[in-house]
Amino acid sequence: MLKKWFLRHLEESIHMLRGRSARSEALHGILFASPWLLGFCIFTAFPIGWSILLSLSDWDPYDPVVHRTFVGLANYKDVLTSDPLVLKALLNTFTYALMVVPLGMSVSLGLAILLNQKVRGISFFRTAFYVPSVVGGVATTILWTYILNPVFGPLNNGLHAINVLLDKSIVLSFIRLPEPLWLFDPAWTKPSLVLMAMWGAGGAGMLIFLAGLQGVPGHLYEVADLDGAGKLRKFWNITLPMLSPTIYFNLVMGLIGSLQVFMQAYVIDGGKGGMDNSLLFYVLYIYRKAFVEYEMGYAAAMAWVLFTIILCLTLLVIKSSAIWVYYEGEKNA
Amino acid sequence: MTTNTGIRGSIAKARRIERVLGVGVLCVLSFLFLIPFFITLGDSVKSFREVYAVPRIWIPQSPRWSNFSDIFHVLPFHLFIRNTICITTLSLIGQCASACLVGYSFARLRWPFRDFFFILLLSTIMLPGQITMIPLFLLFNQFGWVNTWLPLIVPAYFGGGVFNIFLLRQFFKTIPTSLEEAAKIDGCSHLRILFTIMIPLAKPAVVTICVLGFIGSWNDFMNPLIYLSDYFKYPISLGVYMFKDAQGIFPHYVMAASLVSIVPVMILFFSAQRYFIEGIALTGTKG
Repeated sequence: MLKKWFLRHLEESIHMLRGRSARSEALHGILFASPWLLGFCIFTAFPIGWSILLSLSDWDPYDPVVHRTFVGLANYKDVLTSDPLVLKALLNTFTYALMVVPLGMSVSLGLAILLNQKVRGISFFRTAFYVPSVVGGVATTILWTYILNPVFGPLNNGLHAINVLLDKSIVLSFIRLPEPLWLFDPAWTKPSLVLMAMWGAGGAGMLIFLAGLQGVPGHLYEVADLDGAGKLRKFWNITLPMLSPTIYFNLVMGLIGSLQVFMQAYVIDGGKGGMDNSLLFYVLYIYRKAFVEYEMGYAAAMAWVLFTIILCLTLLVIKSSAIWVYYEGEKNA
Repeated sequence: MTTNTGIRGSIAKARRIERVLGVGVLCVLSFLFLIPFFITLGDSVKSFREVYAVPRIWIPQSPRWSNFSDIFHVLPFHLFIRNTICITTLSLIGQCASACLVGYSFARLRWPFRDFFFILLLSTIMLPGQITMIPLFLLFNQFGWVNTWLPLIVPAYFGGGVFNIFLLRQFFKTIPTSLEEAAKIDGCSHLRILFTIMIPLAKPAVVTICVLGFIGSWNDFMNPLIYLSDYFKYPISLGVYMFKDAQGIFPHYVMAASLVSIVPVMILFFSAQRYFIEGIALTGTKG
């Protein structure tokens, strides 16, 4: 199979090199693609090989070369069986991903549906939702650590003011909003990060949903209207199935992104891992092992474990997509 | 007849109510999304005492504009800005130039094993950066590039990001070939076709990768953190973090510095918004 494919390609390639203009085109093609071809070799393929080698050895870059020893699968064994912090980091990362991916996608979709109306000034609203995700970066995280400060932060001040009002009112005095300690309470650190992420949920994901919504043919809704379908029913039976390819795309992207969360956790307390190690995410731990403790081999093994996890999860989503993703063109073909 | 218009009237009324409700929700939500910006604005002109005041002061009585000049005295913030501009510009040029060349090559030129290499290119999207992060550090260490800007700039010239190549290739493919055919008959070289025909026609895609590349490089935190150790080489992301690192002492400066660091990104976004939003939307629908 592979051999056949290769031979076909070879044949095509030889064919491509016949004639002067074809040869010149092939030459230009390789020349134009050469930045990536070179980059792939130097910055991807070679590091991958080195990383495999690293993960099988005990490697401190500031030790003399003789101390770098081949240790076989010992690093992997340690990562998978004897490091309680790896387990903690994996648990933290999965908890975060499990919260942020569905919530983020729901918020993005909700905002996109709201933006998909024909009203004046829609571009203002779109910009308002999109801007936070543009700003991104360290500034956003710093701003939110300040907003979430339990004593003088605006959020808890606001919540407290509402609670005072509720207490004063006779009817609603039994309701009390929580005033959590946010980043100072291990149980609330991950929800805090999710809240931060929601501020950026109006980003690329939302725009992609919006484009998807605008691609749903209007006649489907008209037919549903004739049948007397309600709003919820139209959403469930038309919008969601028609959007499923977009949901699929955003799900894969969101999943890969959320498993690699690093900067927020680092900025919050300088990479110490937060209260009770509740913000020790997997990539943060890799960073700490590699660039603070200089256990490069161990960190490389951790990276490969992460790769395996991401690969498995992505393949799982891809495999399952046959069941729940609907492509309009497919049935007709 | 009367009942018919009655029904129609009530449907129209329901539609109008729905629309008003929709706009109302949009207003409330966009206000919520903008609150953090107002907080930044307000706190960037507060004094140290006002930031820590309980109950909270939302709008300071007498704005302290001097915060914006103080941040340049407390830390060498002008250096951080200069460094970021240098790093971002240099890597952006590399990203755009090489992504255009490679994207064009994959979209239009026929060369041996092109499709194989394209699949290889796409499969690298799946590879998490953490795999190559450590060996790349060791590699750049061998080159003697650690604690210089080179690791942040040079890789951009070699491909300019898989995602950018992919986006440009997809966009180039949608451009009709007739223009190039005519140009080729006139004896136009491939490089000239790319720069005079393809790139101008692919403006939304090119602007998108420029804006995304700018934001990515401007906000990059992890790579400078790994490679740079002298503070006078830091970009603005690490500079703002330095203010934060001393929190408790400089809360008002942190806000002022954050504001300064996000202004260029905002300006760029607003000026390129039209193309940019179109370009982003394309990435998800034209898989």
